[in-house]
Amino acid sequence: MDKSIFRYLMRHSFKAQMLILAMTVASLPFLYASLELPKRIVNDALANEQGGAMWGFRLDQVDYLFVLCGLFLLLVLINGAFKYIINVYKGIVGERMLRRLRYELYGCVMRFPLPHFRRISTGEVVQMINAEVEPLGGFIGEAVALPAFQGGTLLTILIFMFAQDWVLGTAAIALYPLQAYIIPKLQRQVNLLGKARVRQVRYLAERISETTAGVRDLRANDATQLERARFSKDLYKVFDLRFKIYQKKFFIKFLNNFLAQLAPFFFYSIGGYLVIQGDLTLGALVAVLGAHEKLYAPWKELLGYYEMMWDAHIKYDQVIQQFDPVGTRDEQLQTAEPPELDLAGPLRVINLTVSNDDGSMTLDGVSFSLELPSRVAILGPAGAGKEDLTLVLANLLMPNGGRVMLGDKDLLRLPESVTGRRLTHVGYPAQIFTGTIEYNLLFGIKYRPVRPATIEPRAKAQWQRERLEAERSGNSPYDVEADWVDYQAAGINGPDELPAVMESALALVGMDRDVYQMGLRGSIDAAARPQLAASVLEARRAMGERLQSSNLGRLVEVFDVDRYNTNATLAENLLFGAPMGDELQIERLASHPYVRQVLDRSDLTERLVDAGYRVAETMVELFADLPPEHEYFRQFSFINPEDLPDYRTLVGKVDAGTLAKLSPTERERLLALTFKLIPARHRLDLLDEALQASIVVARHRFRAELPPSLRPAVAFFEADCYTAGASLQDNILFGKIAYGQAQAAERIGDLIGEVLSELDLRGRVVEVGLQAEVGVGGSRLSLAQRQKLALARAILKRPEILIVYDATAALDPGEQQAIIERCLESFKGRTLIWALGRWEWAEKFDQVLVMRHGRLAALGSYAELNKDGSALDDMIAA
Amino acid sequence: MGLKQDVEVLRGIPLFNKIEPSKLKLLAFTNERLHYLAGEEICREGEPGDAAFIILEGEAEVTVATPHGPLIVAELGRNDIIGETAILCDVPRTATVTAVTELETLRISKENFFQLVSQFPQIGLQVMAELAGRLHHTTQALTAARARLAELEPAGAAII
Repeated sequence: MDKSIFRYLMRHSFKAQMLILAMTVASLPFLYASLELPKRIVNDALANEQGGAMWGFRLDQVDYLFVLCGLFLLLVLINGAFKYIINVYKGIVGERMLRRLRYELYGCVMRFPLPHFRRISTGEVVQMINAEVEPLGGFIGEAVALPAFQGGTLLTILIFMFAQDWVLGTAAIALYPLQAYIIPKLQRQVNLLGKARVRQVRYLAERISETTAGVRDLRANDATQLERARFSKDLYKVFDLRFKIYQKKFFIKFLNNFLAQLAPFFFYSIGGYLVIQGDLTLGALVAVLGAHEKLYAPWKELLGYYEMMWDAHIKYDQVIQQFDPVGTRDEQLQTAEPPELDLAGPLRVINLTVSNDDGSMTLDGVSFSLELPSRVAILGPAGAGKEDLTLVLANLLMPNGGRVMLGDKDLLRLPESVTGRRLTHVGYPAQIFTGTIEYNLLFGIKYRPVRPATIEPRAKAQWQRERLEAERSGNSPYDVEADWVDYQAAGINGPDELPAVMESALALVGMDRDVYQMGLRGSIDAAARPQLAASVLEARRAMGERLQSSNLGRLVEVFDVDRYNTNATLAENLLFGAPMGDELQIERLASHPYVRQVLDRSDLTERLVDAGYRVAETMVELFADLPPEHEYFRQFSFINPEDLPDYRTLVGKVDAGTLAKLSPTERERLLALTFKLIPARHRLDLLDEALQASIVVARHRFRAELPPSLRPAVAFFEADCYTAGASLQDNILFGKIAYGQAQAAERIGDLIGEVLSELDLRGRVVEVGLQAEVGVGGSRLSLAQRQKLALARAILKRPEILIVYDATAALDPGEQQAIIERCLESFKGRTLIWALGRWEWAEKFDQVLVMRHGRLAALGSYAELNKDGSALDDMIAA
Repeated sequence: MGLKQDVEVLRGIPLFNKIEPSKLKLLAFTNERLHYLAGEEICREGEPGDAAFIILEGEAEVTVATPHGPLIVAELGRNDIIGETAILCDVPRTATVTAVTELETLRISKENFFQLVSQFPQIGLQVMAELAGRLHHTTQALTAARARLAELEPAGAAII
């Protein structure tokens, strides 16, 4: 990237800047004319009773006045139009440059050497890319145009003034040299302060992100007051800098204003004298005074520009410095298309050295040679350099010294289109990205777009505009909406075969069941997939028959419109259906007017508020002593930890007999708790049979009196209709799995599995599961699931060389071993390099490489290295 | 049966009798109550264990596989605990437990069990005391068995 913002913007926006300049220049004659006209109006039309001549026509005085005034209006319009067009264009140019700059900075982040990420904080990078460059956009649009336009304006006005009278002209600019001398000096001080402030705010961003990450430890140590004090001090530094900036900045303003106001003093005194002497016409003086008033604006703008220019200069400079750390990867390596390469041959590692920031060596002169393909286990105690070795072998970490040769190719010089496709690496912890399971599986084979997106004719223009803008700002030439899936890489011909390969990759890492379960919990858009909905109904019938014919019927409580379902929430029981959209979601029912009306008419409100009170009472009693982050809150409580104190107050305020004293909002809060009750699960004995019967009556009322406007908000349970909005499992069972029956979930799960397999629907359910959202950073998945998903992503790529560092560490040992064995099987004839947690697992690998203290301790087959059955253990333990 | 009855039952169990009722309520609330039919297995020897069970009602028998077929080693009833060994030391189930009558149990998952112990150290102590008692019992039984073996066959001691 260019070192100076001017060079940067000239390189990328020269044409646009020239266009702005040309438009500006073109506007100046009109500006001049608009200054000239008032003089003509005063001198010619008003002073000359004969009227005037225009384009050969003689006009009398009044007509002449109006024609000139009309012309003046026209000029005002033309000037306004110029300003409008130039402003919009400037805005666009600035925004394009800003887009380009952000895109390039983002690109830089992706090219940072990995160790650099330990040194920088996310908060800082976000701050720089988002906030700090923002003002640059404004500056870039103005960079050439403003000085050109305002300078031009200033010059035009000055020429005009000199044309009227050179003395007055000189008077107008007499103080400019003084300003030009003092102001930059003051400005430079402001700039230095500005720089310090940028640094301080960046530091603040870093502190805030550190606090958010470490709030647990702060609380655990009662250190929040110390943090507050520190932050307070940091805020003071910002304040202090700002204070000094304001003092200097507004002094500059004061000086400018004063000097500007000094000029009229000269006009009135000198100009007045000249008029009295008859050396100057009154019209000219009026015009000069008018012109001088106009002079103030451009002069102020120019000074403002000067300030802005320095500001932009500093910001650009400071940001750019941060985005060019030593060891940044060559852009070419990330953008190059994959060359045709033969990667066969031995893997030779020659004198590899990697050192930490503190100079300690994580790899210290490691050399070895491996015949590939081979399945290689890397063993060694923690801190032996296993992780860095796998990173270097995957070309993710640039070593401080040494070479890695793959056949006759230098691995470290290969582009990522080779090292990220034919090789891949799975580390710990692996990053899962926001999106669906499918998205996370497939991004491992989304290298470049393979097929353009299908664009509706209506959206065509919008799409073209988007592409054009991307090109104009030097952004990605690729359309993210296109089909990026490299089917060939996955070994298939097209999208139809995709679910099968995804499922087998998931099966290999033992995650297929999880995704199947997610599918059962997921729901489908029945209108968009009528066939699947019909199949689910078929499964429901088959399931019903099976439950009846076996003794498992007691494990499912089927939905029955005339009976209360004790394994469903009260909300589900009242609606007897699933909410569609937000309006009738369980959290909103207690405050929904129609729901409340139904409860009132069924004489239920009081009883349910009372039940809510008892729930609150129990929750306060049970959870009062638990720390707010305790996972019981998430798993079992009806109440969020942060709401618990409120409920405690509420419960303390009244007792069960006096609930009428509570405010409507408080009663609503209690009622909301009741809606979540599941009698069979919570065992709180709050909904007796009489109450359940009343709720069934209310259920009928709810449906009968449902206003048409609410019809789309709920899908009722109907024995022969698919319930949109309910999960697949609820739809298949048409009921709920009973709580409290031994292994009910497992047995019913098995039964569902059988039914789905018979109807050939299992795959469909997995497809629904693949669409499950994983949450931000995969937060909805367990750590083990995230690791499995990352491994499945790598397997789907079918790399020639897969390098794994401890990727299964979050799993229990039995499962880890099973996954390793399945991977070994799958990588027969390919290369699998796996840094293992336990040496026993190395037995089935072709070769074993032992690391110690960053050096190679041994290399050979498991049998060779483990002759007496304990050599490896000793080697690693020592 | 609701939470209140569960708490009553838990209070009758020696392991929990020193714990405040509100904690027992939390224990009952956060753990699943499970119903078994006669003949159903609660856990099977050799399988990984992820929970312990407390018998609230009914009877069960404990069997271990021997070369001569299953051998009943114990009969369990109300208030007895099943399967705590497997969750404490991460070994597979050491025996099979089968419901003899209809059985009501409180299933305490491994996570909840550890949560409980770390939250209420007195429970940990109780568990330790219980296990130490059993170990003492087992040691005594072993000593007695050795003595008998030695009596029956003087050279047999060498085998053990």
